Amino acid sequence: MKLATVFAAAAFAVLALGATAVVAQQDPIAARKALMKGNNDNARNVTGMIRGNAAFDAAIVNAAFDQWAETAKKLPGLFPDSSKTGGETRAMPKIWDNKKDFDDKATAFGKAAADNRAKAVESLDGLKAAIAVVGKTCDNCHEDYRAPRQ
Amino acid sequence: MMKKLIVLATVCAVLGLAAFWFLTIPQTVPASALGAHVPDLANGKTMFQIGGCASCHAVPKQEDRTRLGGGLALNSPFGTFYVPNISSDRQDGIGGWSEAQFVTALNKGTSPSGEHYYPAFPYASYQRVTFDDLRDLFAYLKTLPPIAGSVRDHDLPFPFNIRRLLGGWKLLFLDGAPFKPELGQTAQWNRGAYLVNGAGHCAECHSPRNALGGIERGLRFTGGPAPDGQGGVPNITQFKLKNWSVADIAETLETGMTPDADRVGGNMVDVVRNTSQLTQADREAMAVYVKSLPAVEGHAPKKKQ
Repeated sequence: MKLATVFAAAAFAVLALGATAVVAQQDPIAARKALMKGNNDNARNVTGMIRGNAAFDAAIVNAAFDQWAETAKKLPGLFPDSSKTGGETRAMPKIWDNKKDFDDKATAFGKAAADNRAKAVESLDGLKAAIAVVGKTCDNCHEDYRAPRQ
Repeated sequence: MMKKLIVLATVCAVLGLAAFWFLTIPQTVPASALGAHVPDLANGKTMFQIGGCASCHAVPKQEDRTRLGGGLALNSPFGTFYVPNISSDRQDGIGGWSEAQFVTALNKGTSPSGEHYYPAFPYASYQRVTFDDLRDLFAYLKTLPPIAGSVRDHDLPFPFNIRRLLGGWKLLFLDGAPFKPELGQTAQWNRGAYLVNGAGHCAECHSPRNALGGIERGLRFTGGPAPDGQGGVPNITQFKLKNWSVADIAETLETGMTPDADRVGGNMVDVVRNTSQLTQADREAMAVYVKSLPAVEGHAPKKKQ
């Protein structure tokens, strides 16, 4: 029974991964928006702890840093030339003029998330310090490449 | 009859030109207007940070925000401005300026050579800053490293390349009034109002502008177009920020994190690099003032092209 559950979960995970890959190919704008929304959801979770609205939970913190690190790996591949406009994207055209810089900034974000995870899951103070570092890598990209919203 | 009309028209034109010439003479602050003053470098640094000097004047594409060699290109509907060198270099920066020349530049928008500055340099806000604060800022700037090299001229089409016309702009949009505290408000609110409307020059981006580049009356702080063209700058009156607490606003100015755990974007990222350096008391004062801005809807955001 337990084995069956594991197999089912594994099968589901493979399917879900495959589905994500298909969506990413067909609609990179929707795919990257979903990833960024995941980033924001996780940021909301850990910010709630920092603000004292939620109890510190190492598992949730760990999941957040994992998701960010994973997202950072996928992001560079989700900006093909065909995805410059449409889907109410806030991605700015200069991404494609400076694709290497853009990719480097995504990589820096992923590295900050991976490097600071251990510190973040340790304690609330560690989380605060880690978020300050990771937050800067969010900003480095948003500053140049995400159009502000009125 | 015809001859008389021509004479009359000529006289009117000459008088008009003379009046325009007279009214657009760049104003200055004389050295005699500045009394004794012992510069407070710590306060000068605070003014440097709230004023956001580094956001425009720091040399682009390098980390050190005290290297104020200029060179950043600012795109605008009127053309491209190239931000000048305000480092302490005597030749290319402001190292050779007198205190009165510096105060004149920020308070009147007039250069040491007696020309109008373009209001891309936000002197319409800086005119609210007290002379003492300006003098502290000047003293602080002189402690920063000299950077050699002057920056190229602005790239502006006719007629925007005629600086004298800016005298007309100043008549319309520069009232020359210093900051005046509101007696019915707390000291904290007034400190916030001073920082936001003076050195902080928040309204310069967070407001819509008319065809002449002046902030639209009654729509101050209701948001504007992004300076670079894509997206926009948000409305920061209670129309948009009604769900933000004073603590939320202060936190965003400190960490760049919004109540919804999003990050500020665009030019606001660099604004936060400045405001994060202020004292918590100053950030809270700004937040108290911003929280008090009555809800005004402003223009609907422009449709995407």
